[in-house]
Amino acid sequence: MSTATDTAPRTGSAREGGRGAAAAGGNALAGTGTLLRFALRRDRVRLPVWVLAVFLVSLSGLQKAGQLVSDDPAEAADMARTLSGPAMLAMTGPEHYLTTFTPASVLSMLMLGYGAVLTGLMSVLTVVRHTRADEETGIAELLRSGVVGRHATLTAALATAAGANVVLGLLFAAALPGTGLDGVTGGGALLYGAAHTAVGLVFAGVAAVTVQLSAHGRAASGTALAVVGVSYALRAAGDVGSGALAWASPIGWAQRSYPFVDDRWWPLLPALALAVVAAAAGYLLSTRRDVGAGILPPRLGNATASPALSHPLGLAVRLHRGLLTGFGTALLLLGAMYGSLLGDVADMLKDLDQNLREALTEAGGSMTESFASTVMLVVAVVASLAVVMAALRPRAEETAGRVEPLLATALSRTRWLGSHLALALGGGTLVLLTGALGLGLAGAASAGDGGLTGRLLGAGLAYAPALWVTGGVAVLLYGWAPRLAPLAWAVPAYGFVVGYLGKLLDLPGWLNDLSPFGHVPQLPSADMRWAPMAWLTLLAAALVAAGLLGFRRRDLETK
Amino acid sequence: MNAAPTATAPATPSTTAIHVSGLVKTFGRTRALDGLDLEVATGEVHGFLGPNGAGKSTTLRILLGLLRADTGTARLLGADPWDDAVALHRRLAYVPGDVELWPNLTGGEAIDLLARLRGGIDAKKRAELIERFDLDPTKKGRTYSKGNRQKVAIIAALASDAELLLLDEPTAGLDPLMEVVFQDVILQAKAQGRTVLLSSHILSQVEKLCDRVSIIRLGRTVQSGTLGEMRHLTRTTIEAETALAQPSAASPELTALAGLPGVHDLRTEGNRVRFAVDGAHLDDAVRHLSGLGVRSLVSHPPTLEELMLRHYGDELSELRHGRDQEGTGADADGSSVPEATSR
Repeated sequence: MSTATDTAPRTGSAREGGRGAAAAGGNALAGTGTLLRFALRRDRVRLPVWVLAVFLVSLSGLQKAGQLVSDDPAEAADMARTLSGPAMLAMTGPEHYLTTFTPASVLSMLMLGYGAVLTGLMSVLTVVRHTRADEETGIAELLRSGVVGRHATLTAALATAAGANVVLGLLFAAALPGTGLDGVTGGGALLYGAAHTAVGLVFAGVAAVTVQLSAHGRAASGTALAVVGVSYALRAAGDVGSGALAWASPIGWAQRSYPFVDDRWWPLLPALALAVVAAAAGYLLSTRRDVGAGILPPRLGNATASPALSHPLGLAVRLHRGLLTGFGTALLLLGAMYGSLLGDVADMLKDLDQNLREALTEAGGSMTESFASTVMLVVAVVASLAVVMAALRPRAEETAGRVEPLLATALSRTRWLGSHLALALGGGTLVLLTGALGLGLAGAASAGDGGLTGRLLGAGLAYAPALWVTGGVAVLLYGWAPRLAPLAWAVPAYGFVVGYLGKLLDLPGWLNDLSPFGHVPQLPSADMRWAPMAWLTLLAAALVAAGLLGFRRRDLETK
Repeated sequence: MNAAPTATAPATPSTTAIHVSGLVKTFGRTRALDGLDLEVATGEVHGFLGPNGAGKSTTLRILLGLLRADTGTARLLGADPWDDAVALHRRLAYVPGDVELWPNLTGGEAIDLLARLRGGIDAKKRAELIERFDLDPTKKGRTYSKGNRQKVAIIAALASDAELLLLDEPTAGLDPLMEVVFQDVILQAKAQGRTVLLSSHILSQVEKLCDRVSIIRLGRTVQSGTLGEMRHLTRTTIEAETALAQPSAASPELTALAGLPGVHDLRTEGNRVRFAVDGAHLDDAVRHLSGLGVRSLVSHPPTLEELMLRHYGDELSELRHGRDQEGTGADADGSSVPEATSR
């Protein structure tokens, strides 16, 4: 690059510095109101849908919560004991909710954790969308050249996210008393909503930090979502174990406000404090970087390409390796954390009477294995997120205009798309196995059962065909209707809701049959069935073939 | 900037590198190409001119098999651009007008990747071009400016041994120094016998490089030929110093000149006379002028700019007219107006 362009960033940052000093005079927030209105207009459909979706998912627990709580004291005690099983605790919330055994307290126990995760997701995606994503596309540069203060963008983004969280909280406070669920109080409903709001604010703050670190929106949202994931895993581990770990998680704090049980507000204070501190850190970091740049400086690379970059597969590996190693590492840790609980599960089992033990393991297999099967579904769904992200990468490459020069070389469309698919399906399977390995190794160590590692790896591998079907749906959409390709996200979302929540909510079986994950034998607690594996694989192959055919026939979308 | 060499170029091509006729391509309600014709001879540098939105990029993408034409025929190096895309792409190189690079690959890696996927790269040529274009190949794609991203694609294309170069406004974003380097390199490629289709709206670039040009507008070819041929169809400006003692527009010699068919805008100043003459009547006018005792003579061939304006002038007035009739049109209608006039 020429020296003229080399010095440009330096003079740029000098000017930034000067403006930063001027901004201290009080106009750092200039234009915030306009940007906020602009953000709300851009999200006029998106945010209401998010808020409503979180609200409805939470309400979907109403019916089950009402059923669970029986009028018969003996039956109620049995149900309470079922809910206090380790697998249930890991999936729901702390056992303390069962001390006041009302439908409302059960709703709070079952749904607050999920609601918190979804709220976090909403906050992170909203903040990233209005900050780093805009910087990446260059929109921010245009905006910032106007009368817009240095902190206006971040403030508008945080205000947008905070507004959505407050509306969500108020919606709960207003609507829950109207459901007629036993045990719902006005104060409890307000706290239930406030707990969602508090968690949402924390993760909005977290996103305000991560968007400063990397120059890429995807990396920023990925890092923030990893924090959401770790928070959820910590609370799961804490709720099954001693509870200490849950106090390290914002989601744990929200759950420990115990709406409809103790109705205590103080656990939300650390959440608010963390939200403020994180947002402040975000503002501070933002003053130390140029617009469009990350805190972490870009590094120079090789002047020539390695031999690996001579074929499309080499390029695909370069493009996907970050995503796949990230997911692999996260799943290894997630699996290991759940795996380390398997020993506790076995211990708890000893205290239970024979009847209850049978009730808990109705699917067959031991209590440990039933717990492991449940965790395996989570691992598989998370791995399928990696598959969808990787399978949608060709779409991102196409709309960014990076495919045009590639396909103008002697590279056929089939080979180009095939290379991405190889990484999506093959890499996704590796990610899945990494999660199963983490679960297996930690599980074998904590339960003292060396054979568990192999059995759990097999159980993980059984989900591979379902993953391939998920990837196949993405490819089919991409090949024939590229604009609709993001609909592929519905497959893991649906698979998770009916597969995981379905167990809690007693959803009808045919709903589960619509999900590829619903056909996978739940190893190791259930028996192996080869037929579904075979036809899921065939279905995946058919979807991929059809997708490739569509892509070969259609116009390339160009900028 | 001399038109003389282009005038001697063969008017009818011996072999054809690109043959396009009656090409139609629609995107939804927009008719991007509306019966476009294009003929490029082997070994020539062919200018492809038109305002934004005229259909230049769409044509190139059809020639690359990235888009499929609705109707019409397109042949590239004797093969079908859609069915034989891969085989054809081994023989051609392409530079898009808006180069996007992979954020985490360096420029050098991108050059190698693109060239290797084509079938290989000449390491010596690569090094020479990187030097001449002053590119730092160790920087990551995301840190390059637009001009530097263009350089990456230009180097990847020109370091190859492709016999056909398809260039879509390749120098957008390059500074004037680099523009000169680019012109040098293209003339070199031409000397090696390569065929170049250069889409552009930088007229000086086209005048300097191109043997023949095709002018398109609204998806249709409006004129095609050598610059010499085209100039023939338009007016040349003549400025002469004559032996007449006191010429004035009223003097009989000049009245006769002004009365010749095809002569326009005759003006005098001292003993100088200036007028414009249609290409077809140039000979008569010059013959008449020589009878006046020419002491010095300057002729200005019409610039490409004037050629273009001649074609787009009516389009501009049509559009203005159309817009006046529509009054304040809805957004959807506004988007179909070519960018050249809407911006």
